[in-house]
Amino acid sequence: MSARARRWEMDELRLIVGAMVILSLATGLLVVLPYLLLKNVPPPAGLKPYTAVQLQGRQVYIANGCLYCHSQQPRDIAQAPDATRGWGRASVAGDYAYDTPHLLGTMRTGPDLLNIGARQPSRDWHLGHLYAPRAYTPGSIMPAYPYLFDVRQGAAQPGEVVVNLPPKWARPGEVVVAKPEALALVEYLISLDRTYPALKPLPAAAATGGAR
Amino acid sequence: MDLTVSVLLGTFILSVLALFVFIASMAKGLFGSGGAAAVQIFDADEIGTVEDPAATQSQRGSLQKAMDPSTLRTQRDAREVAARLRADQSSSLVVGVCLTMAVVWLVLASVAGLIASIKLHTPDWWVGQAWITFGRIRPIHLNLVAYGWCSMAGIGVALWLIPRLLKTELVGARYALMGGALWAGGVAAGTVTLALGYSDGLEWLEYPWQIDILLVVGGALVGFPMWLTLLRRRVAHLYVSVWYIAAGLLWFPVLFLVANWPGLHFGVQQATMNWWYGHNVLGLWFTPLALAASYYFIPKVLGKPIHSYNLSLLGFWSLAFFYSQVGGHHLIGGPVPSWLITISIVQSMMMVVPVVAVAINQHLTVVGNFRALLYSPTLRFIVLGAMFYTAASVQGSLQALRSVNTVTHFTHYTVAHAHLGLYGFFSMVMFGSIYFIMPRVMKWEWPYPWMISAHFWLVLGGFAVYFIGLSFGGWYQGLAMLDKDVPFMDSVALTIPYLQARSVGGALMTLGHLVFALHFFMMGWKFGPRRLGASLLAPPFLSGASANTASATTARLATATSTATAAGAAR
Repeated sequence: MSARARRWEMDELRLIVGAMVILSLATGLLVVLPYLLLKNVPPPAGLKPYTAVQLQGRQVYIANGCLYCHSQQPRDIAQAPDATRGWGRASVAGDYAYDTPHLLGTMRTGPDLLNIGARQPSRDWHLGHLYAPRAYTPGSIMPAYPYLFDVRQGAAQPGEVVVNLPPKWARPGEVVVAKPEALALVEYLISLDRTYPALKPLPAAAATGGAR
Repeated sequence: MDLTVSVLLGTFILSVLALFVFIASMAKGLFGSGGAAAVQIFDADEIGTVEDPAATQSQRGSLQKAMDPSTLRTQRDAREVAARLRADQSSSLVVGVCLTMAVVWLVLASVAGLIASIKLHTPDWWVGQAWITFGRIRPIHLNLVAYGWCSMAGIGVALWLIPRLLKTELVGARYALMGGALWAGGVAAGTVTLALGYSDGLEWLEYPWQIDILLVVGGALVGFPMWLTLLRRRVAHLYVSVWYIAAGLLWFPVLFLVANWPGLHFGVQQATMNWWYGHNVLGLWFTPLALAASYYFIPKVLGKPIHSYNLSLLGFWSLAFFYSQVGGHHLIGGPVPSWLITISIVQSMMMVVPVVAVAINQHLTVVGNFRALLYSPTLRFIVLGAMFYTAASVQGSLQALRSVNTVTHFTHYTVAHAHLGLYGFFSMVMFGSIYFIMPRVMKWEWPYPWMISAHFWLVLGGFAVYFIGLSFGGWYQGLAMLDKDVPFMDSVALTIPYLQARSVGGALMTLGHLVFALHFFMMGWKFGPRRLGASLLAPPFLSGASANTASATTARLATATSTATAAGAAR
């Protein structure tokens, strides 16, 4: 083997250096740059931080994997008719100022939920829908969540929240009482409302055509 | 602004420049003496002799005939045989343990996946308990597949390949064993926490960070022995498979640590990090492990060096460079800067370079010898896996295009694509590798060859139903969602028959895995007829006469390397 050829031979040092340089480049682009660019984005004026109950509800949302079927990122009308379906305007980075972990989602087995609180603000509807999705949306493939409720004969205790099911679905003599998890989850869902106007595009994003 | 523009420009220029440098240097033959490194995996005189411990005696005879019977060597250098035996023995316990755990996770993961699939079209089935709800069993399935089956199988195969490829013994096998146990403990604990509803809430990163510590420590205990072994190599050249394994062992810990670091990421930045991780765990961890295996087993089974060694170098570096930056295409249309998505789309298209390099290299090694697939169980799985790799990668590049992505994003089409990669490619390659490796580890033949065939046809048939069904269903779902005049519920309703087809396919795949696992454990307990000697020294079978000669050779070898082969030859 010539000396020139040996220069190109793969060895441990080249492997480590090459592999790590390449990975740092990718990490810089996809992790560090967004970190630097988004760290100081102020929350939009219309966006309120979550309350303690809403945050509990957010944990229930995560624990039961709602994010595997519901996205929280309406797309621009130029790309998809999300706004026409009532899912809201295209979201911007500031809309997620209080969202850690992020719940952008990757599937729309069910509809987008970023503005579900604006679209469907009724607590009764949400509780009933969690207990019996098909009572409210025929053909829905959302699982029912009976374990978020207490079903018993007789009357509810004072202070308990009773689920008002549609007459066809209610069983006589039986009450369905929402557990705290269900109530918190509904509080979180109702809080999902980004209908305030989006912030102006950041100068950086505008200059590179970022905000379209 | 200046920063982003210069980064964007810099990346483009660097990509294109790097590509030209590679092509130019290839044209000038600058990549060292490719030949010597490419034949590294063969002993002296071994080229031309087929090898598949998973094949029966008659299959092996046909396999040799399908290749070139005239090149068959019955003489082998006893010292080299002994050295390989030592390499194999140094790793056999930890490899056996890792692969056994992988098979257990595979069965559990398939059952979890099947349950999740059925629940998606039967939403009122088994809803009483929280732990089995769709939103919990689905991440349980994904994490069992990723960290249970795929990672443990990949680690097991890598642990077995490394000493062989470096012609030395595995350093610190004990630590690797401990690492494997910790890793498995982490997967078990992670599964339980997900069932109980404790999740970090990020796809691919669901295990709570406290559990991740087990995986980090376990992974380090497995990784360090492999790197220490690498530093004590007794070979002049590093074979392609070594690059992939060694780099994967460097990349994965960085990915996993950065991604799981508690309290570091926020909001949309966390989303870009999520897909930086989610795509790199495939591109820089699973893909390298499976490519390492296919780069070893395809030439090894055929007894024929890889088509072009230089091409594999191009394939390796371009895979690392382009694959690592494609993650952003998961957020097309999302609230992230456009430059980021554009870079990812461009690099997704550039992925054609490494894919073509690997495809040419691996497929041209097989071309002309397709009959070999009939006789070699190992090759059948691995070559099929390599084909799925090409298919999945080309599909992935196309899916990153805005026009295609607008339809497929948020639909079941993406799920089908993910399975083409991690199942069609990765898992098939692992099945083939395990069929090759386990007879060496256990010093026992696979008891029932028909079970290998049953496994193959069940998973192939099941996967075909799964993939075709879900791809069509997902595409139609995407079109319906884009049509503003179609109510959303129609996009749900139209998928149901396809989701049912997926359950049928998934059930067949699960059945195939049960056959595989049963066969695996029957071998573990040494069931079945004993057909051959220690398979390492099994004579290549051609006809009665040559078989006799070959047995004589075996006998001679056994005397020559009596200590090393005592265990194998005596059984």
